[in-house]
Amino acid sequence: MLSIKNLHVSVGDKPILKGINLEINAGEIHAIMGPNGSGKSTLSHILSGKSGYTVTEGSVTYQGKELLEMPPEIRAREGVFLAFQYPVEIPGVSNIYLLKAALNSIRKHHGQSEVDAMDFLTLVKGKVRLLEMDEKFLYRAVNEGFSGGEKKRNEILQMAILEPKLCILDETDSGLDIDALKIVSEGVNSLRSTDRAFVMVTHYQRLLDYIKPDYVHVLANGQIVKSGGAELALELEEKGYSWLEDNQVAA
Amino acid sequence: MTTANASRYPAEYSNSVPLLCGQSLSWLKQQRTNALLQFSEQGFPALHEEEWRYTNVSAIEKKLFSPKVNKTTGFVDVEWLKSYQLEDAWSVVLVDGHFSVELSYLEGLPNDVLVKGMADALEEIPEVLERFINQAVSVDEHSFIAFNTAWFTDGLFVHLSNKQVLERPIQVLHIATQQDVLSATRTVIILDKLTEASIIETYVGYDNAYLSSAVTEVFVGKNADLTLYKMQCESEKAYHFGGVYVKQDCHARFRHHNFAFGALLARSDIHTDLDHASECELNGLYLGVKRQHIDNHTRINHTKSHGISRELYKGVLDGRARGVFQGRVIVAKDAQKTDSQMNNRNLLLSNEAEADSKPQLEIYADDVKCGHGVTVGQLDEKSIFYLQSRCVDEETARNILTFAFANEMVDKVRIKVLHEMILDQALLRFPQEGVNKEWL
Repeated sequence: MLSIKNLHVSVGDKPILKGINLEINAGEIHAIMGPNGSGKSTLSHILSGKSGYTVTEGSVTYQGKELLEMPPEIRAREGVFLAFQYPVEIPGVSNIYLLKAALNSIRKHHGQSEVDAMDFLTLVKGKVRLLEMDEKFLYRAVNEGFSGGEKKRNEILQMAILEPKLCILDETDSGLDIDALKIVSEGVNSLRSTDRAFVMVTHYQRLLDYIKPDYVHVLANGQIVKSGGAELALELEEKGYSWLEDNQVAA
Repeated sequence: MTTANASRYPAEYSNSVPLLCGQSLSWLKQQRTNALLQFSEQGFPALHEEEWRYTNVSAIEKKLFSPKVNKTTGFVDVEWLKSYQLEDAWSVVLVDGHFSVELSYLEGLPNDVLVKGMADALEEIPEVLERFINQAVSVDEHSFIAFNTAWFTDGLFVHLSNKQVLERPIQVLHIATQQDVLSATRTVIILDKLTEASIIETYVGYDNAYLSSAVTEVFVGKNADLTLYKMQCESEKAYHFGGVYVKQDCHARFRHHNFAFGALLARSDIHTDLDHASECELNGLYLGVKRQHIDNHTRINHTKSHGISRELYKGVLDGRARGVFQGRVIVAKDAQKTDSQMNNRNLLLSNEAEADSKPQLEIYADDVKCGHGVTVGQLDEKSIFYLQSRCVDEETARNILTFAFANEMVDKVRIKVLHEMILDQALLRFPQEGVNKEWL
């Protein structure tokens, strides 16, 4: 589904990603772990199309298409979804409007007609219950005045409704208490399917207790220094990132 | 006396003076004479005056607008007028500065509500008007007040008494139908204690150059509650100078919603004096496109203790438009426990648009809570990216964010039909195409 080859990315003159190689297939969950400043967030931003980065080398192919050539909204319509680390407040735009507009853009992109208003409401309300959210959130402005946990739940709500193919979760566990973490994780787990892939960017292993990854990759200094199964996350938890960073220097 | 500011208006208008309303009343004649003298000396406000430093009105002197002293109204396009008339409201229409009984609709108005044209009121109840005209504002305020006092041709008188709570709003439509006309009106609104009303002042005109000079004096009695709306949708060639001057008695509540959308050059003054525990809320939205210049000047004067004031003015400026906000909050020595917040937010959509903002706090009491904030900026790139990542293209994302910014002020309008009309008017004048109200 997603193929990242020798990806080099800079901000200004400063190289951040220095040759990332990653193959992600439908149905898989990949965790990208790493210390602060390792380039984790840059990777999720570059995949979702945020401006301010320069790709100096390499390529990213998504479902056979050059991902980096698409503007962010086309990526989103093609099924790439970024759950933000810090979801943005949009005063004056209702949550339900944005959900509907986004869903209809995707449908239009695929040559489908707009969603029926009643069907849409039924769909949304079902997902709201799944995430144990109050229906009132639908009619409030996007993320405005939401607590940290509410914002993250709202991201997962959007994901549940838009049914993306590639879900990128950027530090989704940050700022969540244990109850909210459970709800968010259940939401994500309910979306696991054979035709959908997840990339979870996280600093801590804690999220991986609830969403079990198939692969764990450790990013340090802009490179993937180690890949393994779910057990790698536990090893990291125990030994800390310095273990791998030291290894890298030694190598 | 002749000075550098000398205006040619006094000489040009001298023939019309005897024909103005209320000239048989010695007190009013005296006020008009004094005002004329003052205006003859001062001319229109000049840029060196602090309260006018951002707004150059010299174009009015270069043109010559003429008052229509006789009441015969010209042709009024009734269908066009209807498009601005609210359903479920009493409607008062003033055409080129004259109250039109034919076009107004006041049927079923409760007995405790008196609504009259100003000229009629001056004939019928001059002793009442004598107690209120130029009592909420002084001709010393600035020379547009003197100008208006000297030459107003008509206007409106509204008086609520006996705890009347008006269930429907009163809409006052000022329409300008003629090229180069001066429409000068004086309105007096009195709410006796424990009364409540919503009044909507609407300014519209045909596609002409004209000058609107509209001064409204408002007296809100003890525990009375007034919501006053101003929807300024003048023609894009017009000049608009309007002032709302308010005196709030103790525990009186006053809310003002100022939508400044039209005119080539527009200035609105909203001044209110609060008494003990009075509350006021001043909201404003200005949309400037092309070469529009829109100036809003507010003054909140806390004279006694425990008053509350909230103010939020927002501006969206595109093209070569210029928006001016001057907001003054004065807290007198005796106004302890005052709670006041003033904010002005501006969104600039083009490199040539300009926003000038001058908040001023003058605090003479020591136990108060007062704050203010100003922002002038562009759309937030993070918000644009967030919307893009939710499938919205960049141009639409920018439109959504701009519209949402402005809509916060429209959303404060509690009268449904008015909310719709203001939303439509905002969309009509919105800088970008493709803006959609379903976004909200």
